[in-house]
Amino acid sequence: MTELETRERLTPGPASSAVVWEYAPSLESTDHVKVASRYNLFIGGKFVEPHSKKWFPSLNPATEEQLSEIAEADKQDVDKAVAAARQAYDKVWRRISASDRAKYIYRIARLIQEKARALAVVETLDGGKPIKESRDIDIPLAAAHFFYYAGWADKLEYAFPNRNVAPVGVAGQIIPWNFPLLMAAWKLAPALAAGNTIVLKPAETTSVSAMFLAEILQEADLPPGVVNIITGAGATGAALVSHDGVDKVAFTGSTDVGKRIQRSLAGTKKKLTLELGGKAPNIVFEDAPLDQAVEGIINGIYFNQGHVCCAGSRLFVQESVVEPVIRKLRERIQTLRVGNPLDKNTDVGAINSKAQLEKIRELVESGVDEGAEIFQSSCALPQRGYWFAPTFFTGVSQSYRIAQEEIFGPVLSVLTFRTPEEALEKANNTPYGLSAGVWTEKGSRILKMAQQLKAGVIWANTYNKFDPTSPFGGYKESGFGREGGLHGLAPYVVLS
Amino acid sequence: MSESLVTHTPGTLAPALLRRSLGDALEMVHGVDAVALEERAASLAKRSLKKESKVWGLKLAISMMDLTTLEGKDTRGKVHALCQKAMRPDPSDPTIPHVAAVCVYPTMVPFVRQALKGSSVHIAAVATGFPSGQTYTSVKVQETRETVAAGADEIDMVIDRGAFLSGNYQKVFDEIAEVKEACGPAHLKVILETGELANYDQVRKASLIAMFAGADFIKTSTGKVTVNATLPVTLCMLEAIRDFQHVTGKKIGIKPAGGISNAKLALSYLVMLYETLGGEWMNPDLFRFGASSLLNDVLMQLRKERTGAYQSGDYFTMD
Repeated sequence: MTELETRERLTPGPASSAVVWEYAPSLESTDHVKVASRYNLFIGGKFVEPHSKKWFPSLNPATEEQLSEIAEADKQDVDKAVAAARQAYDKVWRRISASDRAKYIYRIARLIQEKARALAVVETLDGGKPIKESRDIDIPLAAAHFFYYAGWADKLEYAFPNRNVAPVGVAGQIIPWNFPLLMAAWKLAPALAAGNTIVLKPAETTSVSAMFLAEILQEADLPPGVVNIITGAGATGAALVSHDGVDKVAFTGSTDVGKRIQRSLAGTKKKLTLELGGKAPNIVFEDAPLDQAVEGIINGIYFNQGHVCCAGSRLFVQESVVEPVIRKLRERIQTLRVGNPLDKNTDVGAINSKAQLEKIRELVESGVDEGAEIFQSSCALPQRGYWFAPTFFTGVSQSYRIAQEEIFGPVLSVLTFRTPEEALEKANNTPYGLSAGVWTEKGSRILKMAQQLKAGVIWANTYNKFDPTSPFGGYKESGFGREGGLHGLAPYVVLS
Repeated sequence: MSESLVTHTPGTLAPALLRRSLGDALEMVHGVDAVALEERAASLAKRSLKKESKVWGLKLAISMMDLTTLEGKDTRGKVHALCQKAMRPDPSDPTIPHVAAVCVYPTMVPFVRQALKGSSVHIAAVATGFPSGQTYTSVKVQETRETVAAGADEIDMVIDRGAFLSGNYQKVFDEIAEVKEACGPAHLKVILETGELANYDQVRKASLIAMFAGADFIKTSTGKVTVNATLPVTLCMLEAIRDFQHVTGKKIGIKPAGGISNAKLALSYLVMLYETLGGEWMNPDLFRFGASSLLNDVLMQLRKERTGAYQSGDYFTMD
């Protein structure tokens, strides 16, 4: 443990006084899940060895043990994959009927549901998120996206009334490591429904569930080449984005890389959508239902270890209720269970990678240096693996790095405000604009805040609620384009 | 491990509560978001208790039960049988504790007293025109006095829902204070009858009024209406108790009653208690289950943990 993590531990909260009730480990069984020791690329409906003959290790971040080996796709592999997608598009996918397309997508949804338990375990092993989350949120939502868009495949003329609707062609899609299978679903489902073929590049630290998805695509008998999955790191992604055979690029990831991609696409005919970072304001007014607001704050920043683009990482508390909110937050943070992600009682899992852990530590260090007051849960952290205790800072100023930069970890910055206008000004005072939360019992205030907050997704008296019918995406440097709902089809069609 | 787990002895209660007013209670009232509250309760119910932690929880649950019979047809015979069950829930397993109390109508109290002679199980009785509470305050106060005189250690009263729902909070407050005084050494549980209240905001308000007026325990229900204890309503009350403790330093107990029919649900209540109020509340002085059929389900689960198999219902006595 670093010196930073032992500093300023909280005084033990309710969970550690008087009677202590230790919940015995309740581990999700893993024997029914077979993770291969090595995976290849999925091109043209088959698993093929990478041209480079190179594989890289994928670790379980909770144990630092190697889970599998993932193929590294190089430029030649990208060429092959794009060619396979183009072939499938011209010869098969744009020729079959829309309702047949719908059937394939529906089949994929059903197979995801049937294999839900195994997929949840894989997601947890590869990425470090609690089994409770992969089981109850990631996998069900992934299936839901396929179910939802299967329904649109043969109703596109109603999605865009009075317009002629055609697919774009071949889509190159790059997804992040925070919700691996779910992000794949968000990308694949609408693209397939609209009649496009795809080359997908999963994140290098979390490719295993994508490989399981590839097996599902085979089982669904999806025509070869309609979806190709090429694994690799930044270079693979860059090769995909710059490939001439790709008609549309969709990227979810960091703002920096998003900017690079947009620059590289300038002057080309490629369509682009970006879903980037965020530094969402979670605004608690004095008339908020306080205990539920605290739950919302906790959910907003500690769900998925804070590895969420729309995480409520800046808490704005109305000054008149700062004392009870901080007090309740301090008590509540102590009851968060941090540990083995396979334990069904774990609330907060492992940090996805060593690199991410370093980034979080660096920013937290900056918070202390700049003068904010740090509070950390006094939970015990396992010896091996990448872990960070749930943390929040008070006395934060707008200019501190921890109020400006996306930390992407279980770290909350708390600021105060006096009036709704001040809250709006400070909340909007950021280059990001992905999401926001508003906590108040006053309906008119919810409506007013929602109108004036520059965020693509606004939650009122709740947080982190997703649904395939609801469009998700940002303003400003959080990106453009929407995923989910009717709006999610738009980037994948050409209208005339 | 058959020692008494109920440490509160009647007659040694702290002196009269510092005088507080209705205003103190109403000042702490604020909204409760139903969707978020229910979500939190549901997520706590997802906790998975296994092995030693499960057995510990189940035994604690037994020690926290108020075994109850509240029927017009109750007799000495019925009450006697229930008391035997209360003192020794499972004669084949000496590690199983006795329950916290037996809860009956006022005229049954002498029979309970006789049957429980020498045991540490408490004598609890309902009073104040239970279950409707639609009678005169003077009658409620007199009933309380006589029931305590007959030997009740604990009184479970009902609030005047008519007064509450029509906004006459002062009447609700004053009545609780008067009944508390009439209790003397007995401890007072105040039943809010949450199933008759409009929403969680009202439950919070009623909880705060009851606590400021002198309740030792707040209780969800009479068990006589369609909707009794639920996880979210209990969570709402737990949060009110937490806020009350912060302001006054006093710990108030909570008793969900009615509708807790199985061991799994009982464990969910205990998890919710533990993760909301902490280890200090995990004892019969601050938490009770108002239940009757729950006991057998818990005994069945304990026997399964002990022997590895579920026994038929025929092996568990119906008292």
